[in-house]
Amino acid sequence: MSFWGHVSGMEISTSLLFNAIIAGLLLGGFYAAVSVGVSISFGMLDVVNIAHPAFILLGSYIAYYVNSQLGFDPIVVSLVLSPLFFLLGMALYRVYYLCFEKRGQEALRGLAFFFGILFITEVALILVFGVDYRTVQTVYADTTLRLGELDFPLRLVVPFLVSVAMVVGLQLYFTHTFFGRAVLAVAQDPLALRLMGVNPVRVKELAFALSIATAGVAGAFLIVIQPVQPSIGREYIGLTFAVCVLGGMGSIWGTLLGAFVLGLAESFTSTFFGPSWAPAVSFGLLLLTLAFRPSGLFGR
Amino acid sequence: MKLKVILARLLGVALLAAAGTALAQQPPLKIGFGMSLTGPLAGNGKAALISMEIWRDDVNAKGGILGRRVEFVYYDDQTSPATVPSIYTKLLDVDKVDLVVSGYGTNVIAPAMPIAMQRKLTFMGLFGLNVNSKFKYDRYFQIMPAGPEPAIGWSQGFFDAAMGLNPKPTTIALVGADVEYSAMALEGARAHAKRVGLKVVYDKTYPEKTVDFSPILRAIQATSPDLIFAAPYPPDSAGIVRSANEVGLKARMFGGGLVGPQFAALKTQLGPLLNGMVNYEFYVPELNRQFPSLQLFLAKYQGRAAKEGVDPLGFYLPPYAYAMMQVLEQAIAKVGSLDQEKLAATIHKNEFETFVGKIRFGQNGEWAASRVLMVQYHGIVGNDVDQFRQPGKATVLSPKEFRTGDVKTPFHENRK
Repeated sequence: MSFWGHVSGMEISTSLLFNAIIAGLLLGGFYAAVSVGVSISFGMLDVVNIAHPAFILLGSYIAYYVNSQLGFDPIVVSLVLSPLFFLLGMALYRVYYLCFEKRGQEALRGLAFFFGILFITEVALILVFGVDYRTVQTVYADTTLRLGELDFPLRLVVPFLVSVAMVVGLQLYFTHTFFGRAVLAVAQDPLALRLMGVNPVRVKELAFALSIATAGVAGAFLIVIQPVQPSIGREYIGLTFAVCVLGGMGSIWGTLLGAFVLGLAESFTSTFFGPSWAPAVSFGLLLLTLAFRPSGLFGR
Repeated sequence: MKLKVILARLLGVALLAAAGTALAQQPPLKIGFGMSLTGPLAGNGKAALISMEIWRDDVNAKGGILGRRVEFVYYDDQTSPATVPSIYTKLLDVDKVDLVVSGYGTNVIAPAMPIAMQRKLTFMGLFGLNVNSKFKYDRYFQIMPAGPEPAIGWSQGFFDAAMGLNPKPTTIALVGADVEYSAMALEGARAHAKRVGLKVVYDKTYPEKTVDFSPILRAIQATSPDLIFAAPYPPDSAGIVRSANEVGLKARMFGGGLVGPQFAALKTQLGPLLNGMVNYEFYVPELNRQFPSLQLFLAKYQGRAAKEGVDPLGFYLPPYAYAMMQVLEQAIAKVGSLDQEKLAATIHKNEFETFVGKIRFGQNGEWAASRVLMVQYHGIVGNDVDQFRQPGKATVLSPKEFRTGDVKTPFHENRK
């Protein structure tokens, strides 16, 4: 094991450094999954879905329920049930459109609507599942792969792999299909899209539904990584929007990069300087990025 | 004979009706509090509420207090200290409650203290660690058995066990969350470390929203401490224990002040990952002979907890929530009124018989003697909750009168 120097009285060994990188990337993968839906709804569609973490939590509880009743893997459950979240997203957008967007009242009232959805979901989860912590049992949660001195905890590796596959898949979908390009176009110029014979409301509805489907999957990652209780979703509001803004509004690659940057910043700060500094460093990076590149890392 | 029985029954019904009428004529005795019914500590808050409601129903079945039916007025503090001052102001000024007690935990008790002090109220605290060290309020009483020096008493058993090792440990790492509880627990651990001459090689806290604890545990591991004292709140406790397993944490002793392994949700979730850890508890089934009255309470509590979906074991907070109300009830009975000054004086002077045993309070409102159990978990297999109902999963290391065995070290070799 080679030593690189000292920080805070601690020897920086190669293994410590590389493990910090691995931990940061794995954490970033999870952050990407919880944020990519916001990147679609907020970044591309201009829908400030502040209730996104509530749908993540809903995904967690559904995964928990199926896991506890039938023993199925929570991530597999979330992928299988993602069409249900897609339909839920379609219905939610339809209500939002008819009640607010169509009337030009989406700015403040729309925001209040999503806040309401957040709290209603929370209360519903409390009524159905109670307030105690819930968790899932998986075959890999307590297993760590070791490569020399490098640790790969499967509790984080499995969500990371599925998350990266999901984000890359979304990026390919948005850039290589007609519908994907229509989604990219709808945020920029809905009128032009309409002139080309595409219904922007329908495009937004489907894209919003896609964002909610990603929330369901991210919920399964969350409950694999840590126990959940009904109000834990609020903790992710700031994070999801920070990742989205850091990466660049509406950029899927940007979301992935932003998530990795925040994950690595948190991991390095926790390892070498003290975990208390992690939020300050992460949000300091966000401020610096916005100062020098206001549109975010991959923003246009 | 039959006529006598019928007459006796009629008399009984008449007496009950008279008592009921008397209760109905008196205004209810309102007890107000905030409680964590949502947020990170809601599981415990709800369990405490159930326990207090059982006490209320028991008391009302006996005719109430001072001939008045007991009613609760409570609000959800969302496990947020920021909500507490407004809750207690509303309870006192709008709801006009007769008495207040605290919600659950150090973080929500501390912000209620200035209001209790301003109104000169007798204030019972439910599991606040060393809250009165700064306030020094003579009408504050705390039901957690942390002893007269709570910060010290909290981790006394951990350090006693550690310093009994051969060879003696020389270094320690301290870690906790950026919350009031951790600050108090770590303060006590620092004092112990200084007293016994341990070198502190890591002493850091982490923000509440931390998701992955492996970087923190690797940083601790890099300092190669003999002992690791951790004082996190749930769900961080689960994250720390899981990450300790993932990074292959090596230390002679690990644990001390983790909040979470005491109740079923985390016991079952972590299961065998708890093996080898040393941590505090207030009751383990190994001591069921020493706590006979506690069994009576658990019989009442567990049936209701199962229906309400909260901690099905109830070893940790629920008995003490009930005991807190028993102390208040007995003090009011002795004083014969709700005079706050007399209540405080009475609680200071007397010993109280409760479900958790006899309680006497010291000058600062804490238990006169510490009764924090320090245990080492072992033999936990799988995640079944029922295994924790029976003896055999923990060795009690301290206090001496409850000791069932010695600590086994190092931690990493006793994990299975």
